[in-house]
Amino acid sequence: MKRRNFLGLMGAAGVSATLATKAQAGGNVHFEGYPGSRGVLFDATRCIGCRKCEIGCNEVNNLAKPEKPFTDLTVLDTARRTENEAYTVVNKYDQEGGAPVYRKIQCMHCLEPSCASACFVAAFAKQPSGAVTYDESVCVGCRYCMIACPFEIPTYTYDDPITPKVIKCDLCDANIKAGKISVPGCVNSCPKEALVYGEREELLKIARNRIGANPDKYIDHIYGEREVGGTSWLFISGVPFSEIGLREDLGVTSGPELNSGALSVVAMVPALWPLLLAGVYGITRRTDKINTQEKADAVAQAITETQDKANSDMKAAMERARNDKEATVKREVAKALEEAAKAAEEGDVEKEEEGA
Amino acid sequence: MTTETVSKKSLLTPFNVITGLILVMGAALTVWRFGWGIGAVTNLDNNNPWGLWIGFDLLCGVVLAAGGFVTSSAVYLFGMKKHHAAVRPAILTAFLGYLFVVIALQYDLGRPWRLPYPFVVQSGTTSMLFEVGLCVALYLTVLFLEFSPAALEWLGLKRLRNLIHKLTIALTIFGVVLSTLHQSSLGALYIIAPAKLHPLWYSTYLPTFFFISAIAAGLSMVMLEGWLTHKPLHDKMSEEYLAQHDDLYFGFAKGASFVLMGYFFIKVIGIAVDNEWNLLGTGWGQWFLFELLGFVLLPSVLYAIGTREKNLKLIRWTSLLTVLGIILNRLNVSVIAFNWHLPSEMRYVPSWQEIGVTVFVCTMLVVTFKFIATRMPIFYDHPEYKDEH
Ligand code: SF4
Ligand code: SF4
Ligand code: SF4
Repeated sequence: MKRRNFLGLMGAAGVSATLATKAQAGGNVHFEGYPGSRGVLFDATRCIGCRKCEIGCNEVNNLAKPEKPFTDLTVLDTARRTENEAYTVVNKYDQEGGAPVYRKIQCMHCLEPSCASACFVAAFAKQPSGAVTYDESVCVGCRYCMIACPFEIPTYTYDDPITPKVIKCDLCDANIKAGKISVPGCVNSCPKEALVYGEREELLKIARNRIGANPDKYIDHIYGEREVGGTSWLFISGVPFSEIGLREDLGVTSGPELNSGALSVVAMVPALWPLLLAGVYGITRRTDKINTQEKADAVAQAITETQDKANSDMKAAMERARNDKEATVKREVAKALEEAAKAAEEGDVEKEEEGA
Repeated sequence: MTTETVSKKSLLTPFNVITGLILVMGAALTVWRFGWGIGAVTNLDNNNPWGLWIGFDLLCGVVLAAGGFVTSSAVYLFGMKKHHAAVRPAILTAFLGYLFVVIALQYDLGRPWRLPYPFVVQSGTTSMLFEVGLCVALYLTVLFLEFSPAALEWLGLKRLRNLIHKLTIALTIFGVVLSTLHQSSLGALYIIAPAKLHPLWYSTYLPTFFFISAIAAGLSMVMLEGWLTHKPLHDKMSEEYLAQHDDLYFGFAKGASFVLMGYFFIKVIGIAVDNEWNLLGTGWGQWFLFELLGFVLLPSVLYAIGTREKNLKLIRWTSLLTVLGIILNRLNVSVIAFNWHLPSEMRYVPSWQEIGVTVFVCTMLVVTFKFIATRMPIFYDHPEYKDEH
């Protein structure tokens, strides 16, 4: 993919293209590397474990001299990793019934660096030259880049309380740009031409030719051609890469690509959640309202019903009272009449008795 | 308990003595850390750049503060209005939780004074950590606003308080959005490191796992906290708070039971999608099953039983089990199953100073919580604002 396309896509994806002032730090899409960018080819069949590259690196970068001198090869007996004072180290891998194999390690200068896509201040940048550079002046010291690097390369100056920083090989980018050297220090000091510096495309051709010319000597694979999306450092070897400390389970997906899925979801949440939640809230409120309304209605109805009932009860009571009254009056009248009649009768009887 | 009675009582209570000792130790560790560098007090190294301070203080701190958004959205958005008395304690815990997460982070960052750099100097927008930082910063502000009415009522600043109170719904929605984002982004931090995190814990679903478990953690934390604060702060609690209390447990326990069951299923789907069944037979597999069955499935079932039988005691203990399970999960992802491929002598174990700083930060949180909850209207309504919810 052309760089222009790449940036276009980056823009379309709405990621850092506008924000990043630096060279592209790693984005959302697969990137094949800047055309003409440079790297280094390491040939493990040529390396003799002399540690001259370590010396070269130490010198061009003005690093502190190690406790045990570089000429002390017993250092190779223990496995080492990159350290603050050693941007590159050579390790020895004993082989059953054969000479040991040596392997140099340093920053791989990934085409789509995980460290760069992990850094929240974009302190890392993949330069068109091929180097992945680090800018100390913005680094916050979260060390997420170290978590992200699949090759466990960056180191940190933990003992510095004021200006701690991340340290790693910069492919001698600063020195080369300053015109101090034209070839990385390590490459320059290798006596066996186990290291070749050049355009990555060229290096791939050289590697293929070497493997093609000596298929029995080499494993048919260029480590770094596709690993984690491709790296600017390339390795060829006569023994399986996993036997010389290069992990073969890293896959071909780059860090930024791994992240892109999660990042694309990130945009969805602020876009959709508020609407959904507002909807839910609306429904809740509506339900509440309906509930309240229903309650009010029910109460109102209950009141009316009670009132009606009360009214009709009252009416009934009045009626009853009226009826009762009438009945009582009637009864009383009847009673009175009866009594009067009786009295009259009795009067007659008395009269009769008197008269008798 | 009021301020006067406190000062009349002896200050030499066991709580105060232990707290005092921890604060003194913490102050000493702070000087040590910032005077002599991270290397002087931690076991962090080039292979293990993140330790307890990220694994516990950041990851666990944030997930255990999820009670804030869970409670406020349940009450204000999802209509559990009758539990509104539970909102303030939850918001206060969340606010203090995030505040102390940010404070703890200062110890871990190499140059903490540059913390604003991602937003003011240069932004690494492709970084998951940028996502986390931005959302946490915004959410801390939201929580501060959500909490502020309590402080303003205490201070008697009516007009400002009423103004902020009007924003409740908007703040709640914004809080849910931000919480969804950063809870899941914390899981997404590890997506970039498939080579380092054990495959049983690594999954492209990590963001979803973190978000769903955060809901369970939030619900459980509210219950656990209700339990823990019940005794010491009982006389600060309104009758309404206490009356709703049991009912809240049943509602939240039921919710947590469902959420944990869902979490259990998606964890199983995670294994199925990556076809990692064979790994379950390994030692790591047993550790994974221990977490999944003992701290996800079991609490889900216990919550269900607790709700059904209205067993408050069971629910309380289950909330503790769930919280411990979530802590175990975050530590597994960040420390225990991270760098599992390294030989044991290169593995990370926290130093006593790292543990000391963590204990120090947690203690400061508890002290601050106590200070605020005994003074401001947190567990009760301020008499002047009683009727408006
Ligand atoms: S090897 Fe590591 S430090 Fe180097 S560019 Fe790749 S990810 Fe970055
Ligand atoms: S330690 Fe520095 S360079 Fe590495 S990710 Fe953090 S801010 Fe970026
Ligand atoms: S490229 Fe330069 S910095 Fe990197 S290892 Fe070689 S000499 Fe050292």
